[in-house]
Amino acid sequence: MKKEDLPQDDSALKIMTRELMYVKNSEGKYTTDLSSGWDVKTNALDNAWDDIKERTEEARLAFIKGEKSPICYFMEIKLMDIMILSGYTGIWGFNIKRHMKPNVFKGLSDKKLKIYAKAFEISLEELKYFKG
Amino acid sequence: MKKEFKHIQAAHCENGVGVSLLKYHGLDFITEPLVFGMGAGLFYFHVPFIKINNGPFLTYRSMPGKIFSNASNSMGIKVSRTKFRSEEKAKDFLDQKVLEGVPVGCQVGVFNLPYFPPEYRFHFNAHNLIVYGKENGNYLISDPVMETVTTLSEEDMMKVRFAKGPLAPRGQVYFPEKVMPVNNEIIKNGIIKGIKKTTLMMLDAPGSIIGVKGIKYTARQIQKWREKLGPRKAGLYLGQIVRMQEEIGTGGGGFRFIYAAFLEQASAYVQNDRLMEISEDFTKSGDLWRESAIQMGRIYKGRVNNEQADFNVCADLLMRISDLEKQAFHKLRKLKLK
Repeated sequence: MKKEDLPQDDSALKIMTRELMYVKNSEGKYTTDLSSGWDVKTNALDNAWDDIKERTEEARLAFIKGEKSPICYFMEIKLMDIMILSGYTGIWGFNIKRHMKPNVFKGLSDKKLKIYAKAFEISLEELKYFKG
Repeated sequence: MKKEFKHIQAAHCENGVGVSLLKYHGLDFITEPLVFGMGAGLFYFHVPFIKINNGPFLTYRSMPGKIFSNASNSMGIKVSRTKFRSEEKAKDFLDQKVLEGVPVGCQVGVFNLPYFPPEYRFHFNAHNLIVYGKENGNYLISDPVMETVTTLSEEDMMKVRFAKGPLAPRGQVYFPEKVMPVNNEIIKNGIIKGIKKTTLMMLDAPGSIIGVKGIKYTARQIQKWREKLGPRKAGLYLGQIVRMQEEIGTGGGGFRFIYAAFLEQASAYVQNDRLMEISEDFTKSGDLWRESAIQMGRIYKGRVNNEQADFNVCADLLMRISDLEKQAFHKLRKLKLK
């Protein structure tokens, strides 16, 4: 990539930094330059966030319909998957999947729910009495 | 007398920590491309079956931690690394290092990194930064991807050091232990070692998902995605590829431009002009990676009609990249550098 071709588009990164890129100068030698962003990347990131919002909404609706427990919703809103949630709670993935069933969730002890609430950075009440 | 720590911005966090720490210990010649190349940083691996952020998992660089370790080892520098079970011990250790005035590298997760824009805070646990002091209870932070230095509170520091999930940092702290003067002969040997290691991994790794073969594997997957996942999800998958390839930390083109810059610098140390030619091959490869990103962007942005033919264009570009990199690594091997 030539120095003059380095994109300088808008990006969410601007509140933190411009990023360093490796580009060729007019003599064909490598140098570095700063870029404020690239639309191709920004679009990809925007799409990823749209997807997250959609998944969170799906999880919320699944809770209201009585198909999934709140664990599913909070996992999505915290951008986690089963593996990451398992890391934060120390609960096995197999069991987390079970706890996503509303009936199993209802039978969970406060002790267990507190572990989940801590991982989601919410209170026990917010998890237990989630309204959707 | 306490040496002053100097913040240096880099494209990639781990390279950047390496450059800053080695420069601090007196290795003035060190540059980001040298750390990356000597550390055998260039790589390609499409990890099958595992999903990251509900999308494909592929990487353009070697395992976190390896780049700095490999680069240091190749120059005879020992890197001390400590992970912790206890958060308290992790804090004590870091505070002790701060007290000693030794800048250290820390592996952190970005999900709770307050100075990162919210849009960028995913559960990515292999970010690296340098702690170079403490003032008013806040750690002084040199984050290599940033233009300037910043700070972190004790509480935030603990959170990011003990982020959980894949590649959990477990409070990891690392720093070069003993740094001897390094002469040009050692640098030259380190460069050659790095090139050989990268060549081996990119050409000879077994199976079909690593190295230049792995790039073709991804190409074949892309051909199938639209049919298998539907146009929308297939587009999201392409977006994930672009982010892993181009997002902050790669220097552009999936690290290929940094590698091209490394070969350019290597040619002076090894005194071999052919390396300049091969550097040009990697520039071309990086440009093609960028072109494939633009093509993928057209699909997920909806500028073209998201047809099978559009996915095939992406796949064909990756096939070309694979062939180009294969040739380039064969050229590197034929040089028989000693």
